[in-house]
Amino acid sequence: MALVFAGICSHAPGIVNRAERVEASRREALYDAYGRMGRAIRDKSPDVLVVIGAEHFGNFFMNNMPAFAMGMADYYEGPIEDEGWLKIKRRRVAGNRDLSERLIARVMDEVDVAYCEEWKLDHAIMVPLHFLTPDYRLPIVPANINCQGPPLTPLHRAYRFGEALRRAAEAVPERIAIIGTGGISHWPATPNSGKINEAWDRDFLARWAGGDKAAMLSYSDAATYRDAGQGGFEIRTFIAIAGVAAERKGEIWHYDAISPFAVGCTIGVMNLA
Amino acid sequence: MSLYYVQKLLYNLNREPAMQRDFKADPMRVMADYDLTAEEKKALTDADIGLLYVFGVNGQLLMHFAALLGIAWDDYLEAMREGVRRHGPVRAGIYALVEE
Repeated sequence: MALVFAGICSHAPGIVNRAERVEASRREALYDAYGRMGRAIRDKSPDVLVVIGAEHFGNFFMNNMPAFAMGMADYYEGPIEDEGWLKIKRRRVAGNRDLSERLIARVMDEVDVAYCEEWKLDHAIMVPLHFLTPDYRLPIVPANINCQGPPLTPLHRAYRFGEALRRAAEAVPERIAIIGTGGISHWPATPNSGKINEAWDRDFLARWAGGDKAAMLSYSDAATYRDAGQGGFEIRTFIAIAGVAAERKGEIWHYDAISPFAVGCTIGVMNLA
Repeated sequence: MSLYYVQKLLYNLNREPAMQRDFKADPMRVMADYDLTAEEKKALTDADIGLLYVFGVNGQLLMHFAALLGIAWDDYLEAMREGVRRHGPVRAGIYALVEE
């Protein structure tokens, strides 16, 4: 089996660019959890890391919004944000066009996905890479689910995208790691920035870790917006990882509702054994 | 009211350093390429973050416009709150889906 790792993590820019607003012990516990996840990925010796982000108008806008997109290039560039603002230096990140093309072709058997021969990485991908692969040596395949511009990708289709990615990973000889990045409840970049519905988050993560597909797909967008803010729409990336893991169970390695970081900071890993 | 074109201008602006230079030098010329009302043009040239938020501009676009203008994070958040106090609730877009 060529699927070697599946997990989830937060990507909020505040985790990097507002680091000083959180006490060191709490911040370091989160950073250590990212480090542990990074080691777990490297221990599986993947050839590529597929990063399913919920990007924020870095590449995709309402003039031509794909429900799903995957990168198909030998390199990408990021962060698109101002380097001084995000506090992550702009760089090229290696891709693997040939492998991307084979994965995308297989995914297309099940899910219509836009392919992208260029991609400007925003914090949805750059913040996780900053912690997980700080030497940026592991090539990536960026992927995206529309969590921003309604009508949003339906939750059951996000799950199906994960299933298609799993079968694509199993169809190629390379070793594939896949992560989903996003927030759970949060109200990013709005007057409610910093608000977190911890009870809602913990309930969602219990559904995720339990591999409870029906429970994960039962949210309506209206209820998510009411309880978890527009940032809650990003549960799609976590749900896709549940689809990758095929109803296996996962483990939440870290959860801490850190208001200055504007999200319940999460690290979770699926048990693929 | 053309929220779509306000957001499209900001989307392009956030992506393109050359456009950022052009916008700082001559915003009216850059805005001529977009279908904007006089109120929207004024909000953009005045860097009125609060009113842009009330128009319904997504924060994921607006926070980068604020950063481009050198507005600090806390001032950005306060500008949106002040916009709501002054102009009323968000008029369109994703933040107008449900009453706060």
